[in-house]
This record gives sequence, structure tokens and C-alpha cells, in this order.
Amino acid sequence: MSVTVLLFASYADALGTSSLRLDLDDGTTVTQLVGQLRERAGARALPPQPLVAVNERYARTDQALSAGDTVAIIPPVAGG
Amino acid sequence: MTIHARLVREPIEATALLQRVAGPANGALLLFLGVVRDVNDGRAVTGIEYSAYEAMAARELADIAVEATKRFPQLDVAIEHRLGELALEDASVGIAVAHPHRGDAYDASRWVIEELKRRVPIWKREHYADGTREWVNPVGAAAAVTQ
Repeated sequence: MSVTVLLFASYADALGTSSLRLDLDDGTTVTQLVGQLRERAGARALPPQPLVAVNERYARTDQALSAGDTVAIIPPVAGG
Repeated sequence: MTIHARLVREPIEATALLQRVAGPANGALLLFLGVVRDVNDGRAVTGIEYSAYEAMAARELADIAVEATKRFPQLDVAIEHRLGELALEDASVGIAVAHPHRGDAYDASRWVIEELKRRVPIWKREHYADGTREWVNPVGAAAAVTQ
């Protein structure tokens, strides 16, 4: 299955892109997706358990992903 | 009941924000502005660039406004957060609340800003006097939302 990954701020800088598409096994969890991302060049900046939003909602690390999901890796927020 | 929440790119108009929540039943009107200051962690700051996961940030802001009116019945609330390049003393966030009584107005204003800082996906990159720029990553923020 295919999902869209969005990256922001320091994470986008680290990976050199603000969005990418990943092909994953069915049932892949948020944590497993992050593990795959961290194997990419520049991904050292990503912590093992960053904040993640699935389809614009904060998600738990054990949430299973579905085809077509938009998964945003959220750096520490700094609004205000 | 007024519930207003928006991401903006133009300067925040404090008076307009207050007018949104004013009304004959509201004996207390409060305005909070968060503004760009000239020092952070001992470094001279010359400006800040704000960016966001805009679709989600807009929804989280709106959710916070609605939740505020549930926590503080009779509350009117207007929240704006600015994105883009801001100079010193520019307002990055404006929160206007109004309530029949001052106690709930003060509490609601504080609750909204703390909630905004905890969960709205907005980031800032500070520009320093020495020409460098860095993303600001507050310690502990990552753990706060999902726990």
C-alpha cells in the first residue's frame, strides 16, 4: 500500500524534502514507518518516536496505517 | 456566541479582534498578544519566520476555540496566529476573550495560549543578529501531545 509522508521545518531540512510517497506492507504501524524513514540519508534528525499525525490528527505510535493515508512527521511545535 | 480562529499572513489587528468578542453581556474583555522579542536563550534575535502544517493547524486552532467555550460557558473567543516573516514587536498570536465575569476571562485566555503552544503544528525559525537562522525546538514539547 502507498502512503504520503509530509515533513516540516527542521525535519524537512534534514531529509531534503517536504513530502514523499512510501510503499509499505499492509498493517504497517506509525512506529514502523518512522523506522523506515530513519534509514534514509539525513534522517538522523528524526527521533525514534516523533509526534505523528495521520490524516491531520495526532496518532498513537501503534496505530496501523491504511492505503492513501497522509502521515505528517511533526517536529516539536513552537507556535505562540 | 462568537468563535473565531484563523491563521493569517497579514498583521493581527488587536482592535478588530476585541470587537469580535465584545457584547452587552460581556463585562470582561481581555486581549493577549504574543510578540517577537529581541532576545532568546541569550542570543540577539532580529526576526522570526513562522510556518505551519496549515490544514491541521487551522483545525487545531478551531478545535481549541470550541473547547474553550465548553470549558468556560458563555465565553466569546477570537484567536489569530500569524505566519510568514515577522519583525521585532510584531504580534505572532492574538487571543481576545470576553465573558460576563473577569475570572473566567482570565482563565480562558491563559488556557487558550497554553493549549495553542502545546498542540498547534506551527514552527518558528529565528533570525539572529549574526546572520544565522535556526529552528526553535522547545525541550519537552514532543512528549506533550500524545501522552
